[in-house]
Amino acid sequence: MSIDESTAARVAKLARIRVEPEALPALAGEFNTILGFIEQLGEVDVDGIEPMTSVTPQRLKRRVDEVQDGNQQEKILSNAPDAREGFFAVPKVVE
Amino acid sequence: MTKLNELGLAGARDALRAGETTSRELTEACLTAIDEADVLNAFVHKTPELALERAAAADQRLAAGDAPAMCGLPIGIKDLFCTKGVASQAGSRILEGFLPEYESTVSQNLADAGAVMLGKLNMDEFAMGSSNETSVYGNAVNPWRRGNDDTPLTPGGSSGGSAAAVAADLCLAATGTDTGGSIRQPAAFTGTVGIKPTYGRCSRWGIVAFASSLDQAGPMTKSVRDAAIMLEAMCGHDPKDSTSADLPVPDFEAALTGDIRGRKIGIPKEYRMDGMPDEIEALWQEGIAMMKDAGAEIVDISLPHTKYALPAYYVIAPAEASSNLARYDGVRYGHRARLEQGDGITEMYEKTRAEGFGPEVQRRVMIGTYVLSAGFYDAYYNRARRVRTLIKRDFEQVFDQGIDAILTPATPSSAFGLGEMTDADPVAMYLNDIFTVTVNLAGLPGVAVPTGVDHQGLPLGLQLIGQPWAEAELLSAAWRLEQSAGFVAKPGKWW
Repeated sequence: MSIDESTAARVAKLARIRVEPEALPALAGEFNTILGFIEQLGEVDVDGIEPMTSVTPQRLKRRVDEVQDGNQQEKILSNAPDAREGFFAVPKVVE
Repeated sequence: MTKLNELGLAGARDALRAGETTSRELTEACLTAIDEADVLNAFVHKTPELALERAAAADQRLAAGDAPAMCGLPIGIKDLFCTKGVASQAGSRILEGFLPEYESTVSQNLADAGAVMLGKLNMDEFAMGSSNETSVYGNAVNPWRRGNDDTPLTPGGSSGGSAAAVAADLCLAATGTDTGGSIRQPAAFTGTVGIKPTYGRCSRWGIVAFASSLDQAGPMTKSVRDAAIMLEAMCGHDPKDSTSADLPVPDFEAALTGDIRGRKIGIPKEYRMDGMPDEIEALWQEGIAMMKDAGAEIVDISLPHTKYALPAYYVIAPAEASSNLARYDGVRYGHRARLEQGDGITEMYEKTRAEGFGPEVQRRVMIGTYVLSAGFYDAYYNRARRVRTLIKRDFEQVFDQGIDAILTPATPSSAFGLGEMTDADPVAMYLNDIFTVTVNLAGLPGVAVPTGVDHQGLPLGLQLIGQPWAEAELLSAAWRLEQSAGFVAKPGKWW
């Protein structure tokens, strides 16, 4: 499996990371090195083996379905790059 | 006479309780040492006012005879832990300016135990790295050098600042986190002790997430006894982390009997790698002899899927990271890119993440995105999770045979020079974690103990791996190893 520049560009797009076109060949090369290393997994017989979901056999804890906290608008917005009138502000999303 | 900052946790605790010193004096000694060591770039956010405030409170509690386990002991906190009102950037530009409104459970537990935070410690960006060279703050520097050669060496990674700070006596101990070896490898590179507990022992709440199924916090200390003291203060059940174990926390320090007579120590043949330096093999053999002399039974064992641990890790960890790091989008916290006229929300995401993430983080997020994408999910991600099941099974079978703990080298080499791996491909750097990563995949506890130096005078460590939840027994065996090895070397102060 070899990754070409257009695949690298598609992955960057999916990851929402801007990659300049001139950086794509090097990026594709690095992907190929790492994926080449990962390819070894193909040697392992995994027939009938369940994929691990939890490393410790435990049932996730549940809590009572009730409000635990709230009314923290100021705290939640305190680190926002752009907050206005009690909301996060972002560029226009709907034309 | 030993300077106050050169004490360990146990020594300082005993001195405090005997009235021989105060938390204020200990804290001031550390703050002075920190200010003299800026060249090591270990502390990246210093909090002297907060430290002195907490030291004063600790001194009051000590005077009142109401001193909890770590009362008045000054420590450093890795930048990955969210600390209320104190910068917590995970070594990344994307969290520039972020001031958490809350405190991580582990750092809160330590504060509740009376510990005094001196500041935040350097680390690889989002804990992704083995040399502390991916940090937005620049490299942390190892206080150890190759004899009289002044080449700056890596303290390891990702908890490189923590390891450098403890080794250079800037603090009595520090927190670290370990996803593939990030506590144990830097501990081995700096002649310090580091334990990654069983997955679920320490709450992950408030620790910036890298790979949630692998991440665990742990202490980095000057001795095994100190590790026992600090681990006990850090761990415990937390309802805010659904994977946190609801199990009682043993008295780890009281368990340090060092009595390993009749205990079975496994030596896995798969950890004898091609091209492994003779010094590492010799160190391992010495460690085996020490355990045998202490009455342990040495058993050759096999962990057949060891070879596949690193490739499985480099699917699973990036996959989880790509999901965890999706939250850094320039909306709720941290850095947002300056936008051009006409840029929409997609441009905002893409430019913010390109500016905010360094190259290694970008690479791993994209690898993770790829292995989770339609058409590759089964071939990469599900296969890696199946292999992970097999790796865990290898350990279970060995423990079922009656093996109590496993002894291995901690790292395949001693500390290397900063910049020496720059031109190597990413996989060469990944090989640093070859002896440690299996432990994360299987969720087991593992501890690195310094046991010797190499021909350049640099520290080397061995790793002991324990059964799940058997940290008490593991630390006791580690204490035995530490006593037998008698490692007392310290880096000469050149900074």
